[in-house]
Amino acid sequence: MEMPPPDPAILARQPELVKRLSGALSAGAVISDPAETRAYECDALTAYRCAPLAVVLPSSTQEVAAVLRICHDMRVPVVPRGSGTSLAGGALPGGDCVVLGVARMTAVLETDYANRFIRVQAGRTNLSVTGAVEADGFFYAPDPSSQLACAIAGNIAMNSGGAHCLKYGVTTNNLLGVTLVLMDGTVTELGGAHLDAGGLDLLGLVCGSEGQLGVVTEATLRILPRPEGARPVLIGFDSSEVAGACVSDIIKAGVLPVAIEFMDRPCIRACEAFASAGYPDCEALLIVEVEGSEAEIDEQLGVILQIARRHDPVELRESGSEEESAAIWLGRKSAFGAMGQIGDYMCLDGTIPVSELPRVLRRISEMSEEFGLRVGNVFHAGDGNMHPLILYDANKPGDLETCEAFGAEILKLCVEVGGCLTGEHGVGVEKRDLMAHQYTPDDLEAQMAVKDVFDPKWLLNPAKVFPLAASEPRRVAAE
Amino acid sequence: MMRPDTEAELADAIGSATGPIRVEGGGTRATGGGGAVLRTGGLSGITLYEPGALTMVARAGTPLAEVEAALAAEGQRLPFEPMDHRGLLGTKGEPTIGGVFAANVSGPRRIAVGAARDFLLGVRFVDGAGRIVANGGRVMKNVTGYDLVKLMAGSRGTLGVLSEVSFKVLPRPAAVATLRLSGLSDVDAVTALARALGSPWEVSGAAHAPDRAATLIRIEGSEASVRYRAGALQKLLAGFGAAEIVTDGAENAGLWAAIRDVAAFQAGSGDVWRLSVKPSDAPRIVAALPECRALYDWGGGLVWLLAPEGKHMAAIREAVSAAGGHATRLRGDGPGAYPPQPPAIAALEAGLRARFDPRGILNPGLMGD
Repeated sequence: MEMPPPDPAILARQPELVKRLSGALSAGAVISDPAETRAYECDALTAYRCAPLAVVLPSSTQEVAAVLRICHDMRVPVVPRGSGTSLAGGALPGGDCVVLGVARMTAVLETDYANRFIRVQAGRTNLSVTGAVEADGFFYAPDPSSQLACAIAGNIAMNSGGAHCLKYGVTTNNLLGVTLVLMDGTVTELGGAHLDAGGLDLLGLVCGSEGQLGVVTEATLRILPRPEGARPVLIGFDSSEVAGACVSDIIKAGVLPVAIEFMDRPCIRACEAFASAGYPDCEALLIVEVEGSEAEIDEQLGVILQIARRHDPVELRESGSEEESAAIWLGRKSAFGAMGQIGDYMCLDGTIPVSELPRVLRRISEMSEEFGLRVGNVFHAGDGNMHPLILYDANKPGDLETCEAFGAEILKLCVEVGGCLTGEHGVGVEKRDLMAHQYTPDDLEAQMAVKDVFDPKWLLNPAKVFPLAASEPRRVAAE
Repeated sequence: MMRPDTEAELADAIGSATGPIRVEGGGTRATGGGGAVLRTGGLSGITLYEPGALTMVARAGTPLAEVEAALAAEGQRLPFEPMDHRGLLGTKGEPTIGGVFAANVSGPRRIAVGAARDFLLGVRFVDGAGRIVANGGRVMKNVTGYDLVKLMAGSRGTLGVLSEVSFKVLPRPAAVATLRLSGLSDVDAVTALARALGSPWEVSGAAHAPDRAATLIRIEGSEASVRYRAGALQKLLAGFGAAEIVTDGAENAGLWAAIRDVAAFQAGSGDVWRLSVKPSDAPRIVAALPECRALYDWGGGLVWLLAPEGKHMAAIREAVSAAGGHATRLRGDGPGAYPPQPPAIAALEAGLRARFDPRGILNPGLMGD
């Protein structure tokens, strides 16, 4: 993975930059000591690191606008950062970049149950949004695995998903409005407490733009009344194909579970060793969760179990209590940690049409042999969002490169069968150079034209999303 | 008139156009404006339908009726319940699936499941320079690059002409019921709707028709579940009077089609405005506007307003923008049908239009200039 070399002219202006930023922000909000900026050298894609020129931690929209005006004026690139949990390198800085962290902006600004929204500063963590409303029976639906740590700002930048998207959608479906600061310091309001756009849907465009169009400082989020109850069922199969067919049949039958999670044998075994969740030792396992009143849950699970039985499951486990529900989810929730116990791993995020599950799983296992690296599959089967975890040894020379090559082949396969490179993690730097496999030059040109409009100088989170060669003329011209 | 039969022909037609183009799907949503008419009807047909994946791909000019029939055959539907504009606008023709998404047309169920834009998974379109562009795909979770799918939804042909759309669908539930409360003031009705929408009972329609003093709350699902939730809602809303429960399927369909298509304002004259506001603000906004009749949908978040012809534009705009939200005139003559945007937003929109349609030939004058 390549990043553009830092611009020596910008590096030379660091003292002046720090002085101007310090003048605009409250004490302690500007970090330029190399010992401290190192804390911001990477996000959750830890394979790539680079300490930034400086880090700013503004406390308000006005301070964010001031920072951006200064950087715009001095032609310094800015990398916005939520909580730094990106698995795609979305918050990876370049050496000549200012990292703009929103971690100090965590306030709840307004809670409105009659109109079912909450307005928060964008640095607030995902889970603490639900935390602010759950005592009153509400929740915020998107639930990425990192929800304890990840910030709403990052969720919006990456259009994050989670396990319950099948019913509730992803961030863009639950986002009503944002305060967006453009690179030149202009503060704009997109959307609000009303439901749709009066003009072009700029809110929908900004969500998922990976911090390249502006910095989101505040967000209006849709909150939902919590369902009366939820209950999972665990279904084991002796073939991945059959499990995939079962998923398709459940969906076709007209029941809409909130989650359908899939794990394959390598993953099941890892989870068993790690969390002792009591999972059966089988080829594939589904966790299907439904919501509603007790009677509604019974009715939906009845339909699901009937379908499952037609596919000769090796295990059918209904939850009879909260403890049993927790036990069913325990293994799934510890899957990433469990795989981490076995070795280093790379987590992929391609999405495929649900009908292609069996074929793609079979091909991944063949490729696993070819590349000589083990893979565990754990993913959101209902919406086709796969998370193959490729195991490698970081200490073994060449292993990371083999792993990356294997990962790239899997993602290309996802595109080939009608899917996409990334379902919820974002492109960042990780999948940047694979974009040409999914999009034609004209497709990419249309996306880059959007950035030209929002950020004509290409200063916001440059060198991300688009293949370096494709974005280079614009980045160079802007200098 | 241009009527391309393939995407390549569409690209040729736009690329070689020398003057303004007025893009029409079925022509039912009256885009207005001058220019050579470009019809998408030749780009027709469902190209892929996977009921087990809840996805369909269709060429943009495919008649909506054809899409709905194919879905119904598998017990599925377009969940966002697109409105039929013909009655309200006095237009003829067949609505197309491309037109539905290009205008982001959603009906009463939008409050529960999302708008047309939330179900649109992928687009292919030809921009104003004749370039073919694809974005998104046919899977439900896709964050690969910028979301031009959302940008195209609701852009009404001003950035490009859709050639193909892929979208998510949902199962059609077995049963439906509507609770009908009577005699409520607008304020009480919106309060009752908010209480229902704030309950865990998954309300899929929340409307109030002041003309008939009828407040409607819809629930859908399996028979047992609908029965249970209807009872629960009845109890919850007891303070608003006794709710009658409508369970007949045809009667329910009629009730909600009338809300969806704004049947109350179809006959007669007058301007029709569509207000998108914070639900609890709606009754106050309506009360401040003289000589206007209102129909509330989306729990109050969508207000249909019938105003005397050519009157009260400034008052409507002012009332809405003071509260937050926007107003679009769907029926009526004269300039200013679309809400003016603040300067920074207007500059971004103008910039996007200039990029996607450098010659300014696609539906010029529509959605602001």
